Amino acid sequence: MAKIAFRDVTKTYEGAKAAAVDHVSFTVREGAICMLLGTSGSGKTTLLRMVNRLIDPTSGEIQINGIATTAQNPIELRRGIGYVIQQVGLFPHLSIEDNVRVVPSILGKSASETRERVDELLRLVGLDPAEYRKRYPRQLSGGQQQRVGLARALAADPEVLLMDEPFGALDAITRERMQDELLRIQQGVRKTILFVTHDVEEALKLGDQIVVMSDGKLIQEGTPVELLARPADDFVRKLLGADNILRQFEYLPVTAALEPATHNGADGAGERIAADTSLLQAMLRLMQSDATALTIENGDKTIAGQVSLASISRGLRAGGGHLVDAGVTPDVEPESAGDAAPVSR
Amino acid sequence: MFELLGQMWQFIQNPAPEPSFISETVIYLQLCIVSTLLAIVVALPLGILVAQRQISAFLLTNFTGLMRAVPTLVFFALAYPYLGLGFKPAVIALTVIGIPPILLNTIAGLRGIDAATVDAARGMGMTSLQVLWRIQIPLTLPVVAAGVRTAAVQIVATAPLAALIGGAGYGDYIIGGLGLINIPIVLAGVIPVALLALLFEVALAGVQRLLTPAGLRVSQPSAEEAPTQAAASSDQPLAA
Repeated sequence: MAKIAFRDVTKTYEGAKAAAVDHVSFTVREGAICMLLGTSGSGKTTLLRMVNRLIDPTSGEIQINGIATTAQNPIELRRGIGYVIQQVGLFPHLSIEDNVRVVPSILGKSASETRERVDELLRLVGLDPAEYRKRYPRQLSGGQQQRVGLARALAADPEVLLMDEPFGALDAITRERMQDELLRIQQGVRKTILFVTHDVEEALKLGDQIVVMSDGKLIQEGTPVELLARPADDFVRKLLGADNILRQFEYLPVTAALEPATHNGADGAGERIAADTSLLQAMLRLMQSDATALTIENGDKTIAGQVSLASISRGLRAGGGHLVDAGVTPDVEPESAGDAAPVSR
Repeated sequence: MFELLGQMWQFIQNPAPEPSFISETVIYLQLCIVSTLLAIVVALPLGILVAQRQISAFLLTNFTGLMRAVPTLVFFALAYPYLGLGFKPAVIALTVIGIPPILLNTIAGLRGIDAATVDAARGMGMTSLQVLWRIQIPLTLPVVAAGVRTAAVQIVATAPLAALIGGAGYGDYIIGGLGLINIPIVLAGVIPVALLALLFEVALAGVQRLLTPAGLRVSQPSAEEAPTQAAASSDQPLAA
């Protein structure tokens, strides 16, 4: 796993007045999926392509595990970084097997050495090796091609994966399926992933960390919950749909509507739920059971408080339709980051 | 008709005072093969060199396009005052005729490669030379081969004119026969030229097919087939 640090990174293209990427600094945690979210022309793809030096920064530097990318040979650097793009870019004249083993093969590995690895990777991305190994890219559907694209990027077991709108060209159903697959694969491989998207739903769903870009500038960086809870400005608020109550319910943890526990849960009146349960799940649970409140339990089994339909609506009224400002307090927040490791910043 | 062919056959067996059929055939094949090879040697590297440069590619494409509009006879007429008579000037004139199709196809073939394919190759850490050898050349070769096929057939069909500047070959019979208004002698040149052009066409079509990677020959999945495959693959148990 690797940590990626952007230090005051700026890129001004020749002949352009404004910088495509303008003094951007942030750090991607090891093993996190970091979503670069922005409209087209916001500089997110330029930022991504500077990591493997397909573009070199005008000023500033990018460090992977503390080593500046510009201090490394670009060819060597790229061989250690997985690269997945929207148009997939499979090599049409090579079989699926040869596509997947491209990086090992330029590193000098023979076909017999990589056979098992190719099979393992194809299985990982959900393609039966026996059926697909000898096929050609043109015989595959768009979704299958991107599965191969992902397998190819993982072939040399890189620590860092760059993904430039990888699911952007797929239909909605295939895209959703691929997002689920990526999360499943990430559970096993734990790469540090930098993922460019303009799709807010995708950013919220996949991101451990979201970086919002606009006009080359970093507008806000944080976990999905942090961004929904405290959007830095109206742009972020609108982009993320932070005022959308359904979206708040879906992504915010129950601690956003915390109230002091009226009973300790021992009388059986209140079911216990984890502090990182989403509000939506808590509400469904409340409606399905006869309980008036659910006891919220911290990771260490201590009781944080409780949540009830009344506490949710009180929170909503207090925040003027925005739950979070009323509910989230900084000390419960590390809990709310879900399954991600505690934020260290 | 058969009478003419009979007379032609007699002429071929003893063409004196014209050179023997065998020697004319050897010279004709030499003319065609040497000029085709020379055209490849010139056009292929030039095409590779120019394809990545917007302006040069534009200029060269248009210039060679214009050149194709010039009647081939002009090249032989121009070769004579500068290069004199004989085999060499004839080869050079034929080479010039063979260059445009190969050059145009090399440029078109290289530029026709999906930019995403090259981007992915570079992004994965291929050197420029590896991108060229592993990706660009295999994908361009079938297109270049088509250009070579066009060039070769054009050269074979044009080579009789070489006799005008002392290049010899079947052109000797055609031009000589026309001068004598002797149809059988003309046929002794014309029929081998036509057969040779057909032979080159068929043989090079085979070469082109051989040079087309299997992955480019396969058909794309039909619209109905593709989604079912995708659905089927996702239903498989996932071994992570």
